[in-house]
Amino acid sequence: MTLADRWLLPDGIEEVLPPHAQQIEHLRRRLIDLMDGWGYDLVMPPVLEYLDSLLTGTGKDLDLRTFKVTDQLSGRLMGLSADTTPQVARIDAHSLAPEGIGRFCYCRTVFHTRARSLLASRTPTQIGAELFGMAGVEADVEVISLMLTLLRASKVANVHLDLGNVGVYRAIADQAAIAPEREAELFGLLKLKCASDIDAWAEANVADKAAADALKVLARLQGTVEQLTERFEQLIALVPATATELNHLLDVTRRVASRHPDVPTCLDLTELRGYQYHTGLVFAAYVPGYGDAIAQGGRYDETGKEFGRARPARGFSADLRVLARLGEFAPAAKPVVVAPEVEDPALWTLVQQLRDQGMRVITTRPQDSQQAQQALQFIDGQWQLVEVPTV
Amino acid sequence: MTQPLTIALSKGRILDDTLPLLAEAGIHPAEDINKSRKLIFDTNHEHIKLVVIRATDVPTYVEYGAADLGVSGKDVLLEYDSDNLCEPLDLNIATCRLMTAGVKGVPLPAGRIKVATKFVNVAKRYFAEQGRQVDIIKLYGGMELAPIMGLADLIVDIVDTGNTLKANGLEARDLIAPVSSRLVASRAAMKVKHAQIQPIIDQIGAAVERQKQKSR
Repeated sequence: MTLADRWLLPDGIEEVLPPHAQQIEHLRRRLIDLMDGWGYDLVMPPVLEYLDSLLTGTGKDLDLRTFKVTDQLSGRLMGLSADTTPQVARIDAHSLAPEGIGRFCYCRTVFHTRARSLLASRTPTQIGAELFGMAGVEADVEVISLMLTLLRASKVANVHLDLGNVGVYRAIADQAAIAPEREAELFGLLKLKCASDIDAWAEANVADKAAADALKVLARLQGTVEQLTERFEQLIALVPATATELNHLLDVTRRVASRHPDVPTCLDLTELRGYQYHTGLVFAAYVPGYGDAIAQGGRYDETGKEFGRARPARGFSADLRVLARLGEFAPAAKPVVVAPEVEDPALWTLVQQLRDQGMRVITTRPQDSQQAQQALQFIDGQWQLVEVPTV
Repeated sequence: MTQPLTIALSKGRILDDTLPLLAEAGIHPAEDINKSRKLIFDTNHEHIKLVVIRATDVPTYVEYGAADLGVSGKDVLLEYDSDNLCEPLDLNIATCRLMTAGVKGVPLPAGRIKVATKFVNVAKRYFAEQGRQVDIIKLYGGMELAPIMGLADLIVDIVDTGNTLKANGLEARDLIAPVSSRLVASRAAMKVKHAQIQPIIDQIGAAVERQKQKSR
C-alpha cells in the first residue's frame, strides 16, 4: 500500500458522515421505540462468540459469510456475528428461556466476508425482531405487521409485500421422493423460476405423476391471491399434504391485507430463500427500483432445538442504513443558538439550561461563522436570546 | 398503475433474434436500433424503454435494478452466477453449446492441465465437478489460438457450427451446457412489477412455442 491510498476503505465497507449519521441514529431510536411499543424487549447479543454456537441451525451460506478468528484463551474458533437471529434464538432457548411468549428486538452491526448481494454492505446495521412461543396465523400476522409498520415509520414509499411458504415445496418434495443429490438441481431451477426447465426436469426425474404435475403447478405459483386460487386447488388435489400450509398462507395474506390495504401483496411459492432453516411462511418487502429485498423474514421453528428448546419462532430483519437511504425519514431540526466564548457563570448556567431544553448551543469566537437561528447576547446587564437575521 | 419498465437487450446477433419476439408481445422500438448510435430507445409504449448494451453487462444492469428485464445468453448467465436473478423464460434463440476443445488428436497430458477461457467461473466449476485440478488462464478472445501456441491444453468456449475450431485444427470435446438466450429479471422486479411483467412473459412464451412448432 502506498502513502497515497491509506485513506481507502475496503470494498463494501463505508463510513457514515453528517448529516446522514444523525438521520440513521434518529431512525434507529424511532424504530427501537416503536418495537418497544409492541412489547419487544431489546437484546444486545455479543459481536464475537464461538463458531459452533453462532452457526447452529443455519446454512453453509452463513458459514462462508462469517469472519473467523482463533480465541487465544481457549484455542477454539470464534466468529464475528453475520446474522443476529441464531443468537436471539439461543437467548430465547437458553439464556433467558421465558416461560410464555418471548418477544425480542435488536439493532447492531453484523459482518459479512462477502456481501449478500451487489447492493448490500459487508457491514450492514441489522435491525429486526423475533417472536418465540407463539404459533399460528396470529404470530405470522403480528411479525409481518410489525415489519410493515417499521417500513412505514421509516417513510419508505411504495412497499410491496411478497409471501411464500417453503412448507409447500417440502410437502411436494416428500411425495416426489427426490434423491438428495438431485435436489440441488431442482433447487437451482426453482430459484431461476424458469417454468419450462422445471417441467422438463420434473418429467425426467420424478416417477410419481401427481408429484411431477405438482412441481409444474408450483413453478407457476406467482401472483395475487385472485390469480392463484385455481392453481392452489389444483395443487391440493395433486398433493393433499400441501393443503395445511397453503390455507395458512391464504389466511395470513387475507389478514395482512385487511390491516394494510395499501400494501400490494404478491404470492410466490417458488421462493425458497433460507430453505435450510425456514420451516413455513417466508416473507419479504420490496420497493421499485431496488434490486434486492429491503426487509425479509419467516418462520424457523427448529433452530432453538440445537440449544435445547425447539418452539415456534418467526422474525424479520432489515438493514437500517438501507431504510434510511430509501426512506424519507428526517429528524426534526433542532434550533441552533450561538453563545459567545466568555467566561461568565451566568452565561454558563443559561447555556446548560438551553441545552437541557433540547437546543443545540454552540460557543463561538467573534471571528467564527455559524449557521444559527438565535444568539445569546449581553443586553441591559443580562444574557438574552435574540433572533439572528437570516442572510 | 403502470410503472416504468426498462428492458436491457444484448447487442449483436441476439438482438436481431430478440426484436421479433418483443414485437410478438406488442413492443416495438420507436426507431431502427441497428441504424442508431443511441443506447436507449423509446418504444410504442410510453412507459417501456429499451437499452442496448454489451451482452455481459445485461445481468449487472438487471441485478442492480437499473433494468427490470433483460435478454442474455445462458453462457453469460452461467458465468455471472447470481442468486438475485431469475430466468423466467427460455427464448430458444441464439442456440449453441458451451464446450471444451483441444488440438485435434492430441491427448491431454497427465496431471494438472491449463485451460484458457473467458468463462472463468464456469470452467472452474466444471473441472471441479469432473474431479480435475486445472489452472485457468483468462483470455478475452481468440481462444482457439491458446492451444496452438502452447499457452493452454484445453479451451472452454462457445461452439456454434464448429467451423472456427476446425479451421484452426481444434476439435470440440465435452459438452458443458447447451446455451440459448434467456429472458432475465431481478427477483425484486418479478415481485414489484409482476402484474406488468407476467403478460410480457406469457406473450413472448407463446411466440417461442409457435416458433418451436414451426421448426418441427
